[in-house]
Amino acid sequence: METGNEIVIDINGMYKSFGNNQVLRGVNLQVAKGENVVVLGRSGTGKSVLIKIVCGLLSQDEGSVIVLGEDVKNLSTKRLEALRLKVGFSFQLSALYDSMTVKENIAFPLKRNFKHLSKKEVNDRVDAVLNSVSLLKSKDQYPAELSGGQKKRIGIARTLVLRPEIMLYDEPTAGLDPISSIEINSLIHNIKEEFGVSAIIITHDLVCAKTTGDRLVMMFDGVVQKQGTFEEVFDSDDERIKSFYDYNFI
Amino acid sequence: MEINTARKRKYYLSKGMDGFLIKITTIARFVGNYFVQLLRPPYEFSEIVRQCYKIGCDSLPLISLTGFIIGIVFTKQSRPSLSDFGATSWLPSLIGIAVVKALAPLVTALICAGKVGSSIGAELGAMKVTEQIEAMDVSASKPYKYLVFTRVTACIFMVPMLMLFTSLVAMMGSYINISVNEHISLTTFVANAFDKINFLDLKASMIKAVVFGFTIGMVACYNGFSTTRGTEGVGKAANAAVVTSMYLIFIEELMIVQIIGWFR
Repeated sequence: METGNEIVIDINGMYKSFGNNQVLRGVNLQVAKGENVVVLGRSGTGKSVLIKIVCGLLSQDEGSVIVLGEDVKNLSTKRLEALRLKVGFSFQLSALYDSMTVKENIAFPLKRNFKHLSKKEVNDRVDAVLNSVSLLKSKDQYPAELSGGQKKRIGIARTLVLRPEIMLYDEPTAGLDPISSIEINSLIHNIKEEFGVSAIIITHDLVCAKTTGDRLVMMFDGVVQKQGTFEEVFDSDDERIKSFYDYNFI
Repeated sequence: MEINTARKRKYYLSKGMDGFLIKITTIARFVGNYFVQLLRPPYEFSEIVRQCYKIGCDSLPLISLTGFIIGIVFTKQSRPSLSDFGATSWLPSLIGIAVVKALAPLVTALICAGKVGSSIGAELGAMKVTEQIEAMDVSASKPYKYLVFTRVTACIFMVPMLMLFTSLVAMMGSYINISVNEHISLTTFVANAFDKINFLDLKASMIKAVVFGFTIGMVACYNGFSTTRGTEGVGKAANAAVVTSMYLIFIEELMIVQIIGWFR
């Protein structure tokens, strides 16, 4: 999948604070159609806040966030809901509905948003996404019966069922063993190739960043410190970037 | 130095006031949203029915036991006072008035506040801290309509039903005690018990139960939705759901009794 010139996410001069804690201090970031952008940084640098603003879960104090041509902060509830159908969000802890089976979890957003779909159409779409994350056999299980990696994949499948144009991944490999991490990385890569989805991937796992990202954005203290390819970003004299790299590989 | 202290005091006062006003606005919006959703179909009937079943069936054993014991104990303890005046034949009327007008709505509401309120508060609180509510939000699944509207509506339907059931069971308890001691027939008991109760009394009790149901559901959902700080927060949400509902139920009881009094 080739990366296009069309900008699907355009963040300009974004500031966000919680009380006296200034989290984001003028973030600028653009994501092109079909591009996977990895946002790296230490915990507390505002990476998750950034993607929560992109999907309208939080709103910025200053600056603009344009997603698929829409100014997220000024959207009416109806238009925000329409936009959210095009933006998938994969949560750090998967956020699966624990009272529902895997199948019900995935069917839930479909049934809530596309009431005209028949039962067969819903089942077919659920089976198709479960197949794409290789978990068709787990469809009658409850989230409590799944491993961490399986939960992540189901979480991703639940967003994919709505056929989004943009995916936002919050720490997709956090807390997973190396094998499960590799599976998730290759799933993220496949989603981009197969569905042509653009993505922002929040992580501090450099293997994930290198495998899944077309471009890396390094954030420190709420600002974008450096961006480029993996090699461009880590070919740096900045002590913080060097120590971030060393910490991951030592 | 004094100016600084005064400024600080003024700052904290205004900050506290801001916080209070923000909270009031948030609560008003949360409650107001229910009425907005009431005007916007579809209504998630299957989820409402599921919640009604859950609230009704889960509460039935406790409600039955409490109602039955209240009927027996209230009859037993009222008898000596009435017998001093040779008025034990008034027992069914007294029980009827006490149960239908006051005890059944209040007792049912307090039991539901404890049983249903804590359950809803904890369930939604756990969903909030595990980001399940946010997950519904980002997939445009309208969590308020699915989680809050359905639960509050189920409470509005089920608390009056449970209240009627409590009245019935309490009267049964009372009849058993009276029939053992006074040897009166069921027909006489029913006729005497309902002699002093009119339609306005029944209507007032139903209105009370509807208001209590709305309060229990809304308070529990609000506390669940505003849960923060992990598992500790879930416990606090469940606790706050029960305690706040109970306070509000007593205040509402007083207000409704006053208002009904004006119509007599």
